[in-house]
Amino acid sequence: MEGLGQRLGVLVHNEGDSVGVAIRDLEPEDVEASWLDTGRRQSVRVSRSIPLGHKVALVDLAEDVDVIEYGVRIAMTRHAIESGDWVHTHNIRSARWPQIA
Amino acid sequence: MAADRLSGYRRPDGRVGIRNHVVVLPVDDLSNAAAESIARIVPGTQALPHAYGRLQFGADLDLTFSTLIGTGTNPNVAAVVVIGIEPIWTERVASGIAQSGKPVVGLSIERNGDLRTVADGARCAARLLQDASMIERETIRREEVLVSIKCGESDTTSGLGSCPTTSQYVDHHVLTGGTVIFGETTELTGGEHLIAARCADDEVRKRFKEFYANYIGMIERSGADLFGSQPTEGNIRGGLSTIEEKAMGNIAKTGTVPIVDALDPAARPTKRGLNFMDTSCAAAECITLMAAAGAVLHLFPTGQGNIIGNPIEPVIKLTANPITATTMAEHIDLDVSGILAGEFTLAEAGGRLGEIVDQTICGRLTAAEVLGHREFVLTKLFPSA
Repeated sequence: MEGLGQRLGVLVHNEGDSVGVAIRDLEPEDVEASWLDTGRRQSVRVSRSIPLGHKVALVDLAEDVDVIEYGVRIAMTRHAIESGDWVHTHNIRSARWPQIA
Repeated sequence: MAADRLSGYRRPDGRVGIRNHVVVLPVDDLSNAAAESIARIVPGTQALPHAYGRLQFGADLDLTFSTLIGTGTNPNVAAVVVIGIEPIWTERVASGIAQSGKPVVGLSIERNGDLRTVADGARCAARLLQDASMIERETIRREEVLVSIKCGESDTTSGLGSCPTTSQYVDHHVLTGGTVIFGETTELTGGEHLIAARCADDEVRKRFKEFYANYIGMIERSGADLFGSQPTEGNIRGGLSTIEEKAMGNIAKTGTVPIVDALDPAARPTKRGLNFMDTSCAAAECITLMAAAGAVLHLFPTGQGNIIGNPIEPVIKLTANPITATTMAEHIDLDVSGILAGEFTLAEAGGRLGEIVDQTICGRLTAAEVLGHREFVLTKLFPSA
């Protein structure tokens, strides 16, 4: 899916990751995402403002499920997250160390 | 890379340095004042003040001694004046450094006082500095340069850009016969199985797993919520959400080569290749331990802009965060934010890093050196007696 005509906005480490990283400040918009391991490109609908370096959900995620980045579990969801939403400490938590907040 | 043109200082023990420091090294906190006075009287020498060295015991004392001796022994150091309050421990540090064959003088303050010690120490420092200034650079091979790596104030751009760029250099350095040290024990959490899988044999793997289990056990026994400490508030501001996510970015800088050994803190590598060292993830503590192990050049990827330096080991900082590269430009040796923007490839970024490494080996000052960042912090294992 080359040449979507959208500005590149998201980099994804691995195929199968549930999140990608905003490489610029994103507003609710359709942006191009690029997968670093395969070079695949696909459009992603971003549903809210996401600052540079923060994550966007690439798929719908249920409550208390694994969040995958770099091909490994990097967190668990605190509650359900919709594709296109901002993903950070308010809706995911460490699966390894206790987090009170 | 113009390997034929690299130059450095070959020390009496055969190891190679890329700087030629004369250090005034206090054994303990009480001796900082005299050490700093000597360094003021003899500009061109530098004091390494620190907070400890009194009433430590056991493994904690051993680590302080090995860190101080290792710092003095580091090939970036030409000569050392050791200053301590008591003669016995002063002599222990001075004689430990002297085993490397470099010039060392040890002076103790009891029964002399600060003023006589400063006068004697300044005379010694002046002579050692003049002698050091006569040491000429000679041609060295890149693989003789012991490199350490540690990242700081990471964010998601670290895992996307600055750490993979560092990774390029790690693989290149190791595959051409060099040695690299990485550490940051707790910051492997979530990816520790990946590190264990890369250990060269079962013995190394067992040692790595013991280091990891001991460090994590200490943290878990504390019962504390580390959120805000590890990951730091800066990490979180930069988009990192958990320790596991931070760890994966951290691991992204370690290359793909096998891990040939798992070292105690401050221990000198004995095997060529990529070595793990059991360290804190706090930048100054970690780099101080790596320099004490003999590392002479540090690669430091940063996201949000950690401004760390070290008094004896040049620290090259690189970032892929365009905000950091712009707002903190004076701290950054290499801006690789173009990777994110698609302006250049990872391989090209690795090539640029290689050029800066070569320049730094040959004497170009890093941003941290120019700005006077000389953070020297001993790792404390437990309270003193």
